[in-house]
Amino acid sequence: MAYSEKVIEHYENPRNVGTLDKDAPNVGTGIVGAPECGDVMKLQIKVNPQTGVIEDTKFKTFGCGSAIASSSLATEWMKGRTVEEAEAIQNTQIVQELSLPPVKIHCSVLAEDAIKAAIADYKKKQDQQVDQPVAAAAN
Amino acid sequence: MAVEIPIYMDNNATTRVDPRVLEQMLPYFSEKFGNAASRNHSFGWEAEDAVDNARRQVGALIGADPKEILWTSGSTESNNLAIKGAAHMYAEKGKHIITSTMEHKAVIDPCKRLAKEGYDVTWLEPDGYGIVYAQQVAEAIRDDTILVTIMWANNEIGTINEVSEIGTVCKEKGVIFHTDATQYVGKMPADVNKAGIDLLSASAHKMYGPKGVGVLYVRRRRPRARLEPIMEGGGHERGMRSGTLNVPGIVGMGAAAEICNNEMSDEAIRLAGLSHKLVKGITDQVETAVLNGHPTRRLPHTTNISFPYVEGESLLMALKDIALSSGSACTSASLEPSYILKALGASDELAHSSIRFGLGRFNTEDEVDYVVDKVIHAAQHLLMMSPLYDMVLEGVDLSKVEWAAH
Repeated sequence: MAYSEKVIEHYENPRNVGTLDKDAPNVGTGIVGAPECGDVMKLQIKVNPQTGVIEDTKFKTFGCGSAIASSSLATEWMKGRTVEEAEAIQNTQIVQELSLPPVKIHCSVLAEDAIKAAIADYKKKQDQQVDQPVAAAAN
Repeated sequence: MAVEIPIYMDNNATTRVDPRVLEQMLPYFSEKFGNAASRNHSFGWEAEDAVDNARRQVGALIGADPKEILWTSGSTESNNLAIKGAAHMYAEKGKHIITSTMEHKAVIDPCKRLAKEGYDVTWLEPDGYGIVYAQQVAEAIRDDTILVTIMWANNEIGTINEVSEIGTVCKEKGVIFHTDATQYVGKMPADVNKAGIDLLSASAHKMYGPKGVGVLYVRRRRPRARLEPIMEGGGHERGMRSGTLNVPGIVGMGAAAEICNNEMSDEAIRLAGLSHKLVKGITDQVETAVLNGHPTRRLPHTTNISFPYVEGESLLMALKDIALSSGSACTSASLEPSYILKALGASDELAHSSIRFGLGRFNTEDEVDYVVDKVIHAAQHLLMMSPLYDMVLEGVDLSKVEWAAH
């Protein structure tokens, strides 16, 4: 398997490896994939609730070099974008940027799934918060 | 550290031809080109002499009479001929065959074909070390059992089976015993008589000889093992394997066998020392790393280590300067978890990240040091990135997680 230079570069110097506090109200966490399939991606975003801008991103990935590069690239692209902009990222853009061969397209699909899962988790937390703070403020 | 890149550490897949072997082969491509079956002239006699000499050399390596050595194209052919040949020859006596789930595909697939033809195949399962025991064979033998085929040493993890004990069981019960000794012969002392073996497969290219040549040892006395041929034609090799002999290859296998026989004890000690250094170096620094197979009952040159929570392909990517195998070389292209590690009871994600280190005659201590260093660095880099390792550190049981499969 010959990897593209960009995949190798991300693999050797992955961006934004790490963990955010998954219990924080402005952090969204997406975990996709399964160990028996050979890929598990965890992607996290920290959003500024006032501006809706993703201020920080972190990932951890169990998978091949292309899976690591896809998730590293996803965290790089999401940072500084609004949640809506980040939600528009598509796997085909990742395939193009990393020159992924056909057998590795599933890595980009998984990265897109991870982005969407992290955003969905953040939005769910926001919806729950809208209901609760009123009561909190009254105390 | 002076090492030349890339480093070859996949000697269970194949070995480099020893220059001393090549030197002996060369004349048989040019001036000594005769057909060993030509009885009427000196070219033929010369080739036949060379083939007979090689038979003696290989016979000496496994304690066999030269007449019991049958030339083939390699172990895959030897296994096919032994298993299908014996099954068809003894079909009237019975149709039960005993083998194991740890065998190479070149044993598994012929057994599966026979099962389709109506034979009854018992698949013995190894224990957690990957060992198949004589007791299991004894319990599985029936009145209609005609063949037992159990490998001597496993190609992926290097574990050595109870072959002599299985041979004894088979002798007592009067059942033909075949062993695929491809990984074992030339590396460890072998004696077909002491081990009670009736049929034995071996390949030249696993012992610093050329590719495309191997042997099937076929016992001639007590009992005489009989085989129905697969290749029919000129009646070469006692009628069991027709086809003009590959004289240069056979000369090479003979030379390789003789060198192995002379140097085996020193080589085994040296390689076992290097393997020990490799295992200790890696497992001391990567606390999740696990040695697969038996810790001591193993080939001196074969080491298989699992890196849990790290995916195999990404690990090999970091080790691109080193020729290694992830799982079995024959199946790793499919990215499927190794069936051999699965047979040991390893979970899928463990199997996804196993690496086989196959040391050989031409590996140096500096190379081992270099590889240990690279592996430690790569494994630590990937563990730092692994969400699974995080979860384990948090106390999550990975087998109980409901994964969002995609």
